Amino acid sequence: MDRNPIRRQLAIMRQSLFDQGYLDEQFIELEQLQDDANPNFVEEVVTLYFRDSARLILNIHHALYVHFSPTLFLFLFIHTHKVMILLLFFRERKPFDFKKLDGFMHQFKGSSSSIGANKVKAESTLFREYCRSANAEGCMRAFQQLKKEYATLRKKLEAYFQLARQTGPLETATRPK
Amino acid sequence: MSDEDIVNNNLTALVVDDSPMIRKLHEMHLKKFGLKVQVAENGKNAVDLFRCGASFNLILMDKEMPIMDGAEATKELRIMGVTSMIVGVTSLDSIFERQAFMEAGLDHCFTKPLTSENIIFLLQELNNKNNEEN
Repeated sequence: MDRNPIRRQLAIMRQSLFDQGYLDEQFIELEQLQDDANPNFVEEVVTLYFRDSARLILNIHHALYVHFSPTLFLFLFIHTHKVMILLLFFRERKPFDFKKLDGFMHQFKGSSSSIGANKVKAESTLFREYCRSANAEGCMRAFQQLKKEYATLRKKLEAYFQLARQTGPLETATRPK
Repeated sequence: MSDEDIVNNNLTALVVDDSPMIRKLHEMHLKKFGLKVQVAENGKNAVDLFRCGASFNLILMDKEMPIMDGAEATKELRIMGVTSMIVGVTSLDSIFERQAFMEAGLDHCFTKPLTSENIIFLLQELNNKNNEEN
């Protein structure tokens, strides 16, 4: 057990990320690649993940929620010598493109697997099941949950790396208990 | 063959992937085993490297990439006479799509991300291939 209290806190924080299911063994693979020549490798990879995945989340959001196309209907009313022109803008709802949604989520899931983002990966799988069964409401619910898990993971990892920078990395990458 | 024997300072590799994260990850995996590694962002860049005279013992090829995808790049490289070991690394979960990727000219196909075990297997295959050729 490390006598340094901050390093102990870091170890506890790390262990809890595994115990609570936020991370899986793939994260340990990343840690095992880190060395003295690349002391911030894990944080760099995770940073790239959050950058890539933010774009994918935005794409999924647009595909789910921004699916209206404007259509102009022109109504011409003639009433007692008066012409009333009523312009109506209707927003037509486009059908969900489940194949496109599944494609985005497939990419997102792949990226999340690469850093061991376990809970995020699980929500991605659920979302894809809803896509395959063309369940729009299910997709929306799953996406909301996924965003929560993603935000939580991001917050926890940012706190973890901030502490790690103060203490230096743990000496060995250990498998979760 | 022990893991120490696997570390090879003479082998070169090309990582072809449009994801900066995956390029970084796979580059590090390979460097750990002593390979000299270059990266390319898409299939076209990979093909252009070979057209300019570059050669690599091992190519890790992603499937889904803009401009030129992994299957097309693999076919092109094989038409050019490239005999490097080309390994597909993909998150595709359809057996049919994986099979189509293999038929483009891959030697192996793994699911992303690669693990140390995958790399060890590939290096053993490369060593066997080199021994057969010598």
